[in-house]
Amino acid sequence: MQTMTEASANPVVLSVLDRPNSYIGKTVPRPNLERLMQGRGLYVSDVGLPRMAHVVFLRSPHAHAEIIAIDASAAKRLPGVIAIVTGKELSAVITPWVGVLSHLKGLKSAPQHAIAIDRACWQGEAVAAIVATSRAVAEDATEIVSVEYRELDAVTDMRTALDRQTPVIHPSLGDNLAFERNLDAGAVDQAFADSDEVIEADFIFGRHTGVTLEPRSVVADWNVAEARLTIYQGTQAPHMVQNIAALHLGLRDSQVRVVCNDVGGSFGIKVHIYADEMATYALSKLLRRPIKYVADRVESFNTDIHARDHRCWGRIGVKRDGTILAFEIDDLTGIGPYSMYPRTSAIEANQVVNLVGGPYVTKNYRARSRVVFQNKNVMCQYRGVGHPIACSVTEGLVDLAALKIGLDPVEIRRRNLVADDAYPCASPSGLKFEQLSHHAAMNKLMSMMDYDGLRVEQAALRQKNIHHGIGIASFIEITNPSAAFYGVGGARISSQDGVAVRMDAQGSLICHTSITEQGQGSESLTAQIVGSVMGVSMERVRVILGDTDHTPYGGGTWASRGAGIGGEAALQAAKILRKNVLDVAAAILQSSPAELDIADNVVVNAGDGAPRIELQELARIVYFRPDTLPPGIQPELMATRHFVPREYPFAFTNGVQASWLEVDIDTGFVKLLRHWVVEDCGTIINPQLVDEQIRGGVVQGLGAALFEKCIYDERGQLTNANMADYLVPMSGEMPDIDVGHVVSPTLETELGAKGAGEAGTAGAAAAVANAVNDALKPFGAVITEIPLTPQLILTALGRI
Amino acid sequence: MTVQIQISLEVNGERVDALVLPRLNLADFLREELQLTGTHIGCEHGVCGACTVRVNGDIVRSCLMLAVQTHNASVETIEGLSDSGEIADLQAAFRDRNALQCGFCTPGMLMAAQDWLKQHGEPDRERIREHLSGNYCRCTGYQAIVDAVEATARDRQGCKP
Repeated sequence: MQTMTEASANPVVLSVLDRPNSYIGKTVPRPNLERLMQGRGLYVSDVGLPRMAHVVFLRSPHAHAEIIAIDASAAKRLPGVIAIVTGKELSAVITPWVGVLSHLKGLKSAPQHAIAIDRACWQGEAVAAIVATSRAVAEDATEIVSVEYRELDAVTDMRTALDRQTPVIHPSLGDNLAFERNLDAGAVDQAFADSDEVIEADFIFGRHTGVTLEPRSVVADWNVAEARLTIYQGTQAPHMVQNIAALHLGLRDSQVRVVCNDVGGSFGIKVHIYADEMATYALSKLLRRPIKYVADRVESFNTDIHARDHRCWGRIGVKRDGTILAFEIDDLTGIGPYSMYPRTSAIEANQVVNLVGGPYVTKNYRARSRVVFQNKNVMCQYRGVGHPIACSVTEGLVDLAALKIGLDPVEIRRRNLVADDAYPCASPSGLKFEQLSHHAAMNKLMSMMDYDGLRVEQAALRQKNIHHGIGIASFIEITNPSAAFYGVGGARISSQDGVAVRMDAQGSLICHTSITEQGQGSESLTAQIVGSVMGVSMERVRVILGDTDHTPYGGGTWASRGAGIGGEAALQAAKILRKNVLDVAAAILQSSPAELDIADNVVVNAGDGAPRIELQELARIVYFRPDTLPPGIQPELMATRHFVPREYPFAFTNGVQASWLEVDIDTGFVKLLRHWVVEDCGTIINPQLVDEQIRGGVVQGLGAALFEKCIYDERGQLTNANMADYLVPMSGEMPDIDVGHVVSPTLETELGAKGAGEAGTAGAAAAVANAVNDALKPFGAVITEIPLTPQLILTALGRI
Repeated sequence: MTVQIQISLEVNGERVDALVLPRLNLADFLREELQLTGTHIGCEHGVCGACTVRVNGDIVRSCLMLAVQTHNASVETIEGLSDSGEIADLQAAFRDRNALQCGFCTPGMLMAAQDWLKQHGEPDRERIREHLSGNYCRCTGYQAIVDAVEATARDRQGCKP
């Protein structure tokens, strides 16, 4: 199965997926849509339990302050208030944590508590929990809890965080440096010496955040009679939450059940362990009743992880013929006062080092990245993790090089992208590429967007003082991570996933999978794969996810891994069940399994397709009349399989994006006119779902490019922690996005699927920034900062 | 502040009598008092549109309206519009176009889209985008939603593309 789009050269050799009535490669509606459209979903904020109380957190108004005293006496007298708990009191039931992993050498962090003890380290860190019969009462009580603070110097500017005169946030760590990575590959100095031109720039990225529409929410229910904690939470990684909650509450994993029903957006925001969620689990244990926590939007901005706050100097060496000889970067990022737990806050910087220059041939690459502490909200992995930084720096430098030597931006890429027939190969940072398709993707993009036509149009518009720009950005994306991502560093975050498939007594299928659903289509892709392998129609396949008591053990849905890893587990489990079904059918029909097949819920002759026995009838015999089966037959109508990538640490994908936009040089406003993406995620299970993942990802990248920024003042106060002041992309400003595909399946799995969840976000901002600079070319203005606000553009144009 | 006020209203065609605090907003009233959890709360300050419901035929942000303001009013939520079949065609278009991912914005988005279809109804993408621009969706990038509303507008006008 080389491509889904072309007929097989050898129709005799069909894979388990190339079957009549296969759902693979077909657009079919997701099974869970009706529930969500009718308002019948079950999000955590919808969950209510008997005796449930509500917690509201009192949060530090200071970026850095000593907590001298907390007086809750008046608040405790308020009717409806159940308890007011400080960090010290809560520490009786929950232990602190340190967000480090051993494979990120040198990474350090300080112990973090569920609720701050003695000191608050960012504006928004919880200093007390107020538990009451309703959230409104708890909020009332929060108003009259009196906290005496002694304000401390706040470290806010990442550029001075390592200076000698800057206070050290955690004195026990010695300095504010959390992590540093250096890489020197090839012969960088020689390459720059050999270059005809060397161009450098500072790239600046706004700190932004995920703004999931459903805020983080959790209901924790400690049942002291069962000695079990049930956690209802919209998480991407239920088994990780189970393990971490158990570890810090002094329980065994088996004493914690994590239930994840509908999730109102995640994008990496909901893959971490947050202090307030840990506090909620602990409060349930302490107070022996269910506790509900739902963040409000201001809390979301102040406590959901932020991301991308990087300043990255970069330079590129290029020959006059367009050959790129070297890349070099020096990246700096500030992550807040703690490295997040358990995935750490060094991953984004690490990814930047890994990914810069990734699409290109040159082996000369030097990088340094430093990660520093500061008194701002924590930063960690958010959709795309490092990819948008690396792509913007790389593609920005490539465009600057093209501009310098007078080469077309597409042409310079064509001369330097790794050839499609050069695989397998490795990047200068050691990433292993199985099969990428940069040139095929670029060719497809050119025809989709009519690049030459747009250049003509652009030139004509310039005559009328209308300034359109075209921006191109090639990228690579890390998907299907193996244990190399977290497991090797000591994190108990599974990189394998499992699927159990069973046939019920009417021949329908029930699948339990360890991947989770946040709207990507995990439920659909599982049903499509299982239905295709089994020859069972999709409406007879039910998928159950998000419950550690019931699903197999596994990682969940993050890092673009659901389809590639969970999908392969589903395929392999279905293959076993299919064999088991055919064994039983052969016994019933006095045939042999090789002579039989399953199609449209019926066991048929493999040769002529003639129906032999309906699955419903087979199941009836197995479950209710096994006495009629031949002697010795013990049917097994349930099968479980797990899968983890072993050959490649990551399944890399690639793609290219293009932006077509207009810059109003009088107002500085950017109007996005069109956006194109060509990407290669291998086997496409459901084209519509893949395209919508790409589009949604692109728009998150467009938000970063034009609007989104957490604006802190010099004292560490977040000044725009609401949706009126923090701008997100709305329908009015977004363009239509055309998506195309090249298909290079990974040969590591039978399914061949790689991830697609982050490709859109990886390259969108880079394409827009390059397009803006392209539009500003007649004015000699170059901007290497996002978001590209009107102020930034007018400043670059010298108009303000 | 703490004295409850008696209100009578119609919710999805059913008469509701309730005692509510003056400060209780309509979104919390619907979700917590009436268990109509299809109306979602995303920002609680009137920007995201997740809590959009219909009051006396007009779409409103239920987080910005007090429950006491709905005395004698007719309130319609996603549960009502779904059960009556009023938006069955729009929901079908959303399904066919995969115009929702996590689904958290969807009830509010359907409310706003149905409002467009009833008040204006032209299959004009730019104007549809403008009408929906008060409803935040982080998942889809909006294109599929615009496609679905456009398709429904065409169908309702009887002019298939």
